[in-house]
Amino acid sequence: MASVDALIQGLESVGYIASRRIATSLFMAVNLQKPILVEGSAGVGKTELALSTAALLGLPLIRMQCYEGLDESKALYEWKYGKQLLYTQILKDRMGASLADAPDMDAAMVRLHGMGDLFFSEPFLEPRPLMKALQEDDGCVLLIDEIDKSDEAFEAFLLEVLSAYQVSIPEIGVLKAKTPPIVFLTSNNVRDLGDALKRRCLHLHIPLPDAALERRIVASRVPGIEADLVGQLVSFVQSLRTLDLRKSPSISETVDWARALILLNADSLDTEVVRDSLNVLLKFEQDIVAIEPQIAELIRKPLA
Amino acid sequence: MQGALEDFFRALRASDVRVSPAEAIDAHRTVAKVGFADRELFKDALCATLAKTADEVDRFDRTFDTFFTREAFMAAPPPEDGDHDPTQDLPQDGEPSELARMLMTGDASALAQAMEEAAERAQVSQIRLSTQRSRLTRKLLEEMGLAEIERIIAAARRLDDPRGQAAGERLDAARQALAKEASAYVERQHELYASESGRNLREDLLARKALNSDGGIDPVDLAMMQTLVKRMAKRLADRYSRRRNVAWTGHLDVRRTLRKSMGYGGMPFDIVFKTKKIDKPSIVAICDVSKSVAAAAQFLLTFLYSLNEVVDRMEAFAFSGRMISVNALLDEHKVETAILEVLKQIGFQQTDYGRSLEDFCEQHLDQLDRHTTVIFLGDARSNYADPRLDLLATIQKRSRALIWLNPEPESYWGQGDSVMHRYQRFCHVAKPCNTLGQLERIIEDVLRTYIPH
Repeated sequence: MASVDALIQGLESVGYIASRRIATSLFMAVNLQKPILVEGSAGVGKTELALSTAALLGLPLIRMQCYEGLDESKALYEWKYGKQLLYTQILKDRMGASLADAPDMDAAMVRLHGMGDLFFSEPFLEPRPLMKALQEDDGCVLLIDEIDKSDEAFEAFLLEVLSAYQVSIPEIGVLKAKTPPIVFLTSNNVRDLGDALKRRCLHLHIPLPDAALERRIVASRVPGIEADLVGQLVSFVQSLRTLDLRKSPSISETVDWARALILLNADSLDTEVVRDSLNVLLKFEQDIVAIEPQIAELIRKPLA
Repeated sequence: MQGALEDFFRALRASDVRVSPAEAIDAHRTVAKVGFADRELFKDALCATLAKTADEVDRFDRTFDTFFTREAFMAAPPPEDGDHDPTQDLPQDGEPSELARMLMTGDASALAQAMEEAAERAQVSQIRLSTQRSRLTRKLLEEMGLAEIERIIAAARRLDDPRGQAAGERLDAARQALAKEASAYVERQHELYASESGRNLREDLLARKALNSDGGIDPVDLAMMQTLVKRMAKRLADRYSRRRNVAWTGHLDVRRTLRKSMGYGGMPFDIVFKTKKIDKPSIVAICDVSKSVAAAAQFLLTFLYSLNEVVDRMEAFAFSGRMISVNALLDEHKVETAILEVLKQIGFQQTDYGRSLEDFCEQHLDQLDRHTTVIFLGDARSNYADPRLDLLATIQKRSRALIWLNPEPESYWGQGDSVMHRYQRFCHVAKPCNTLGQLERIIEDVLRTYIPH
């Protein structure tokens, strides 16, 4: 983490080909100790960036998938209600016995107060991803995936965690991170995030890569693939992206396709192979129907 | 550099990249970390701290390039005979001018530097309006010492010596080139600091302009209006259209948990949490496209179109003499063709509210239930035909809320053939709405108040 160039090399060594802008953002996030908000269309490697960073730094990765209705009991902590109730049931007799010799109601009440807090202590606390991340001794990489899918209320709740790396639990108090985690938030832009959240984060938009970068990515992700084939398939995908499709293929689809082609023992693109494996690349029936007649032409296109 | 960074933040703010004080502090920390040596690194690092959306990244890139780019100065080339001092030939009365020397020797970098310094003195970066450009250019040149140059040129022209006169001509040409540079410089500053504010001002005015005012909306502003409407609908939909079905509140439902535990002899094996059900908005929008609201109809339709794109459950109808469902039209076509198509099919006829309500009640009444919010957009001018109040009452009874937005001001309601006051009795909300700003505010109120969440 000494410099941006070192970071690019480090990420490459764990199999992530980062553009300069990506590496700079990551470098600043680590140095300024700020969360990093990663945006971009599906499959450009947002989540992968967090995984690779964790691998590079040798830190555990704690992942939290956001969805509608996610709330703090799923994200932060929850009381083990079942255990609490079960224990009260089991301890009923015990409590009865220890209260039996109390001279009057007031004394029994005082004794009960003494026991009450037993059931709201750490053993009854079920830590969820956010709290686990704060409790890691040597820090960790915290990935909050698809934050745009969560509710606004949850977004507001995250603010404390993201700016001060601490959470308040009413029954216990404030828990502060031992080592601030490196936080990644990813978003597909289903909805606009609040300004307060954005302000607390560095912003990184990962675009679809250009041909040269994509060739390197495919070569690193699919070891053993021939350079000719990489060139061909990348230029095919790149020309697909210029067309008007419902969902144009992103990096993950290119990589999947490259793997599929290896499985099919293809050493160069031809119409037959492409037609058979097009469903790896395009995810909508209309897209496949629209592209099928143009396959031969798209393959023949000279390398850009 | 502090000053330059502050200026840069100001330029960013002017081009609609929001830079809060906290972000400015972050940016300073960033700069302290990465330094200025590597331009790419400097730019990327600043971009990561300051720009917070993909749009903002674009604007950041553009502003950064304009702000930190200094085009090479197009100074007059130095004269051919190398060791001959070109300023020698000029009339030597009074103080020798530094600017004249720079101009005559074609010292581009010195000129550029002098211009930066003069710009600071002339406060060019405070430019606000496009009309300030020529005055600031003049001021910039004066700060650089234009008066002296003009005096020297005038003196050279009076000389008998042809060499002196030629030198004067060259100085004059250099002066003109310099004036061009200065005006380009001021233009760039204007682009940085002021161009966006002008556009914002125009958008503001448009949002407040009455849709049915005399002459309607200027055709020049149409495109801008369309984008405004779209942005508005997107903003509303962002806030209200998301599915909000079930939200866990994360609290134990003690009553139901105890009830369930009965089966296990009081052992609470099944834990029940409190849940909350949240409805999705369901909207029926009915839009008048007759002659009397012709000017407003286009924008009401644009609004319907944008809303239709983002709200899941929305039924749209348009009417003038009769009523038709326009959902299919809005779904299939692009916005311009969709509006034309609607207007072609049904637009600009004589309004008949009674007939239209009949059409609606005959064919589409089943789309109303207690979750539906009905929005009427129209002027309630029914050409003295029977307004069929009974049908509106039916609609009101069946739906969750009935909202009427009238493009006419309240003082016109009930005058002439307007039956607004009679319809008003059946509406939960009836409001005048003839500017985009009002439309947004009302629709937002509607969504907030009448859609449960």
